[in-house]
Amino acid sequence: MDTVFIRFLVGGFVVSLFAALGDVLRPKSFAGLFGAAPSIALATIGLTIRQDGRAYAALECRSMMLGAVGFFAYALLVGWVLRRYKPGAFLASLTLLPIWFVVSIGLLLLFERPA
Amino acid sequence: MKRIEVNLSSLKDTKPHEYVVRFLFGGLATVVAGLIAKKFGPVVGGLFLAFPAIFPASATLIESHEKKRKAKIGSDGRNRGRIAASLDSQGASLGCIGLMAFAFVLWRWLNHHNAWLMIFVASTVWLVIAYGLWAVRANRPRGLYRLAGR
Repeated sequence: MDTVFIRFLVGGFVVSLFAALGDVLRPKSFAGLFGAAPSIALATIGLTIRQDGRAYAALECRSMMLGAVGFFAYALLVGWVLRRYKPGAFLASLTLLPIWFVVSIGLLLLFERPA
Repeated sequence: MKRIEVNLSSLKDTKPHEYVVRFLFGGLATVVAGLIAKKFGPVVGGLFLAFPAIFPASATLIESHEKKRKAKIGSDGRNRGRIAASLDSQGASLGCIGLMAFAFVLWRWLNHHNAWLMIFVASTVWLVIAYGLWAVRANRPRGLYRLAGR
């Protein structure tokens, strides 16, 4: 329980810090980089290494690459839909979130398929 | 070359409850990533280290702040708000390529070197790649960038 609480506090702090960086930086296209900063990873990797070891954390990072590909596809699509169809940002970013799951989990199934 | 500026007064545009929402989303995403790793193992859990946890909240805030800025000078900022959110998404997509490199560095070398040093190296790699890609893209003028002018 203590670990969960620590993860929550550290995660909230690190993610908020990167989000605040994105707020103060201009131009907006540059600030957007911080929307894909490794905030969750930085918040948890130290705790993961302490609890489960470096091999476990390294394995998580291998899958993280696939999650980042999913994030890439999702962010590209949100940007394109906002320009092309001009919906609200909340509607576009929330309704397209399943793209992250489809791409990330699809890639995981592809690469982790048992022989 | 586009100049990067720091505008601290933008922090005042964000309301206290918006900071709280970000903190909660960030904290929850981190906890959930840990719980998924516990339940399903590091292979599935690792995916969630790159989950766009606060992306919808951030894009919505950017759009709303831009709209308000335009409303102050008496114009309809809806379109401008969407352009700003779209630019933010484009930036995030470049950041994702840096994120892949961050994860690659840790996957390959975390086991063999000092952990804190590798976290520092991976973070630097993220920043250098994300900035490099942004610089290349930003210096190719396109309609959207000219329209937004920022």
